Amino acid sequence: MSAPTILAQADSGFFRDRSSNGDSCVANNGFCPDWIVHHLDRYVSPFWQHLFLVVVSVGLGFAIAFVLALVAHRRHRLVGPVTQVTGILYTIPSLAFFFLLLPITGRGNKTAIIALTAYTLLILFRNTVDGLDGVPEEARDAGRGMGLTDRQLLWRVELPLALPTIIAGLRIAATTTVGLAALATFAGAGGLGDQMASQKEFISNIAVGGALCVLMAVALDAILLGAQRLLTPWTRVRAA
Amino acid sequence: MPAGWPASRARAEPFPTESVDFQGAGRPLGTIGASPVGPLSVTSSDSAHAEGPSSHPQAATLEFRNVSKTYDGSSEPAIQDLSFEVPAGDICVLVGPSGCGKTTAMRLANRMIEMTSGDILVGGVSVRTRQPAELRREIGYAIQQIGLFPHATIAENIATVPRVLGWPRERIRARVDELIELIGLDPAETRDRYPAQLSGGQRQRVGVARALAADPPLMLMDEPFGAIDPINRERLQDELLGLQERIRKTIVFVTHDINEAIKLGDRIAVLKKGGVLAQYATPVELLMHPADAFVEDFVGSDRALKRLALTRASEVELRPVDDGLPFALVRDEAGRPVAWERDGERHPVHTVRGDESLRDALSDLLASPVELGAVVDDEGRVTGVIGLDVIHGLLAREEEGEA
Repeated sequence: MSAPTILAQADSGFFRDRSSNGDSCVANNGFCPDWIVHHLDRYVSPFWQHLFLVVVSVGLGFAIAFVLALVAHRRHRLVGPVTQVTGILYTIPSLAFFFLLLPITGRGNKTAIIALTAYTLLILFRNTVDGLDGVPEEARDAGRGMGLTDRQLLWRVELPLALPTIIAGLRIAATTTVGLAALATFAGAGGLGDQMASQKEFISNIAVGGALCVLMAVALDAILLGAQRLLTPWTRVRAA
Repeated sequence: MPAGWPASRARAEPFPTESVDFQGAGRPLGTIGASPVGPLSVTSSDSAHAEGPSSHPQAATLEFRNVSKTYDGSSEPAIQDLSFEVPAGDICVLVGPSGCGKTTAMRLANRMIEMTSGDILVGGVSVRTRQPAELRREIGYAIQQIGLFPHATIAENIATVPRVLGWPRERIRARVDELIELIGLDPAETRDRYPAQLSGGQRQRVGVARALAADPPLMLMDEPFGAIDPINRERLQDELLGLQERIRKTIVFVTHDINEAIKLGDRIAVLKKGGVLAQYATPVELLMHPADAFVEDFVGSDRALKRLALTRASEVELRPVDDGLPFALVRDEAGRPVAWERDGERHPVHTVRGDESLRDALSDLLASPVELGAVVDDEGRVTGVIGLDVIHGLLAREEEGEA
């Protein structure tokens, strides 16, 4: 999907006078480091807003997907239906999703978060189920045979062993949500998308907004990867 | 002190000596018992014992009463009217061809599989009256695939049941180190490793240690050495027997290998297709008097040799040296054999150590031109003479006597 095209169509007519500071680079609509340095502060608040949308959406999505996965883990015939429903949610174009929700939930964070959360469900659900399915059968049998209850088996054996797959899902969900959240401007939820749309023909503005999105995605990915390494030391031991 | 777990002895005597070199750890023999391993000071261990390692230190009897199992959707029963009793502290081996239901039978005891009819009593109490999870915490469980938790260290793996039982941290720690020593590994070196960092044999030992952790009165072992190469398998079998000497658990051991069954079992239950008990007997009885053609075929055509493997030379009545033998045994001043002599002609002597099996002794006899073997004690002094007649006599007596 080409965001600038959509932005141009959806938000035509809005234009800010960017030649006010008299900079010729700006006047020529170039890539202007000086301008960027002097105007970085205007990206700070949208950045945090953007991060807020991503973290809340992925967090909520994970909570929902996790519960669904635990239920489906016990009753495996539910895996198919849940995958289908979350899969359908995943295929709805994001703009359509926002516009469908606007009459119901109104402009603001709520609309953006509902849509963004919906998009994370498929990957988080699938990965959690796959991770739990991947637990070696003999570990499960030994656990049960030693007298672990289903709950103890889940929390002490199955979930720890599923963690690498679960975190892999979280990484994908976080990265894609950073990109999708740039469209939250159409739900009136702010974020870096808002900032980019406000001067969508000014290359320096788009470059900074885009770069901050990439930076945020990379940082979230690195944090999750770090968490995984911290939580799953056994995956890195060398065989005897 | 609970009879089931003499910990101080376990420290004083290293785990069977065979195991020490096995990891290639190259530790000298004495280090296991002698090294001043910090956390395993006498006090910490004693305090653990003051509380008792578990509420079930004694071995328990196990009784199957007319147990049957038919799986849902199957018309054929997997186990049919199975009845046998295992005395406390004995190893009972369930053996039979694949598909005979031996694993099913074992898993009925801790309710990993629910029986269809009949009853199973552990220590006189019906397993039907127990919560499955609680019951299983009192029954050790070791399986062929081991099933160590890959994400947990060796210490955490071993501590699984004690943790669930809510033992205090210090007691768990002491118990874990005690068990790691018991299986012939070094606690300091092994405790914080992950299963992937151990060899197959070490993992299998840890699996046994984990099953022993809460000192259960009954152990279930499903082909625990099935995936181990033959040499290490022998070793693990010897270790298990050595361990059993000390811990005296009631053990149900499943295998498809009749030789393993004969070697380990105090009693052997031979199952045939459909989970029918073909024979329940001691190894000697099984070999000397197979109940039917199936058992006879299953124990093998060399059952007389297998039977001989069960008895040591020192355990049979030997012939005295001056018993009208066709050869005279020449000895030195210490009483050690030098040669067989007849008509001034000397022949070399085949000596048989007292702890050698009759099977090995027979092999010596067949290789000896005089068909006689001199049985010697630890100092090499002659204690008697063994001939083919001695061995044959033993087999003949058993064949008649218990028929």
